[in-house]
Amino acid sequence: MIRKIMEYSSRYFSLILLVVIWQGVCSAGLISPHVLASPFAVVHTAETLVRDGTLPKNLLVSLVRAASGLSLAVIIGVVLALISGLSRMGEEVVDGPMQIFRTLPALALVPLFILWFGIGETPKILLVAFGSAFPIYLNLHKGIRGVDVRLLEMGKTLGLSHSRLVRDIILPSALPDFIVGLRFAVGISWLMLVVAEQVNAESGIGHMMMDAEDFLRTDVILVGLAVYGFLGLMSDQIVRYVERFFLIWSLDRNREIS
Amino acid sequence: MNVMAPAQAFSTKKSAPVVQVCGLSRRYGKGPVILDHLDLEIGAGEFIALLGRSGSGKSTLLRTLAGLDPVTEGTVTRPKEVAVVFQESRLLPWKRVWQNVLLGMGPDAVCEVDAHKVLQEVGLSHRVAAWPLTLSGGEAQRAALARALVRNPSFLMLDEPFAALDALTRIRMQQLVARLWEKHKSAVLLVTHDVDEALMLADRVVVLEAGRIHTDISVPLERPRRHANPVFEDLRRILLSALGVTPE
Ligand SMILES: Nc1ncnc2c1ncn2[C@@H]1O[C@H](COP(=O)(O)OP(=O)(O)O)[C@@H](O)[C@H]1O
Ligand SMILES: [Mg+2]
Repeated sequence: MIRKIMEYSSRYFSLILLVVIWQGVCSAGLISPHVLASPFAVVHTAETLVRDGTLPKNLLVSLVRAASGLSLAVIIGVVLALISGLSRMGEEVVDGPMQIFRTLPALALVPLFILWFGIGETPKILLVAFGSAFPIYLNLHKGIRGVDVRLLEMGKTLGLSHSRLVRDIILPSALPDFIVGLRFAVGISWLMLVVAEQVNAESGIGHMMMDAEDFLRTDVILVGLAVYGFLGLMSDQIVRYVERFFLIWSLDRNREIS
Repeated sequence: MNVMAPAQAFSTKKSAPVVQVCGLSRRYGKGPVILDHLDLEIGAGEFIALLGRSGSGKSTLLRTLAGLDPVTEGTVTRPKEVAVVFQESRLLPWKRVWQNVLLGMGPDAVCEVDAHKVLQEVGLSHRVAAWPLTLSGGEAQRAALARALVRNPSFLMLDEPFAALDALTRIRMQQLVARLWEKHKSAVLLVTHDVDEALMLADRVVVLEAGRIHTDISVPLERPRRHANPVFEDLRRILLSALGVTPE
């Protein structure tokens, strides 16, 4: 128990020290709050933002954008990967363009998307979808193509129909790759959202931060950063749970599982 | 020293063959001929062991019989109910053992009982609901055997099913296969590179060489068989020399 505490405290020691120094420097007036707010100020601001509803409101907006964009990305990525993974002709039609598009830096599309879709929710959601559809597509496609032919042969000797081969062998064997893709997609979706919201928006965490910039409110900016970090962590955790749920069969074989 | 077997080329039972291969030839692309006008008959309930050097085309023949490779030259007749066990268990890791056993069969509700029964038969009743990746090599092969048996095949193909197992497990599995065959009496084609294994299990041992059945001997021994039997020793020597191994 004592050792556990020691372990934890030594792991976080440097972090705590950093915060202490940061607070010390700010309290001593060595750094102006316009450059960097103190930890206390950040915590205080966070509390205020939660109380007056600013943070929850913007957080909800951002969450909805990310979730819609990501859902769209999953649908598009999965459909395209199924088309190009399950048929030769589909591969010729779909895979070439996808390989070209994926080399485009998605962020460079921001101006075009604003031109096409205006400044409402559409361009933001589409930008998130565009960026995160690729890892889904690429990984799922790779997973489908990489199915163990020996298992397929086995299925054939057991008399499985084509659709059963797809359902019982090809898709489950591609699931681990799909989840890898999903994890990348989640990371990318936050990145795309940050940019989309900072370039033009009337709401959302990114907008809240950009607004704060105009008033030199570094404390609000830091709160926004912390929220983004927290969101990233949480979504990664969720993907982990999804993984553990669906890939229970592939878990460490030395562990007792039921 | 290429002695032909004394008891060569007569089948003990003259029942109608369940498997009939006539003039089967096979090559991969423009490569060399692997099977060269091969003829083979397997009687109902007959246990045949197929020996041959590595690369002699044993798996190719078996894959053709299993319907995995096309018949381009010659004819192959085989029953509808066939089952194959490969060297690797080829279980689907994302399905539990009993689900693997029932893969491709009718509605699960009816058959789950069968899965339990057949898993008990192969000595795997304690791992019915296990994930395949948690099975040992021997257990995985037992599950693969159960998956084949639950279909009541009239023709069972085994492609070096014990090659990757340790010696003790292999002996156990051989005994298991012998027992199951006594009970189910399906025709069996066992591909192996182990002469002793062939002699322990089979009614007839054939050797594949240069794309044809080169040696075909029946094994007139009572079961269970003993290595110490002088007839066993003789057959062993004949088969080894057919495989190109001469005693020192
Ligand atoms: N898919 C393939 N393409 C080309 N050659 C193959 C293929 N599969 C097997 N061969 C060749 O056919 C020959 C027989 O192989 P195989 O039937 O696996 O032999 P065995 O099972 O007796 O060891 C080998 O020379 C092998 O290299
Ligand atoms: Mg082989």
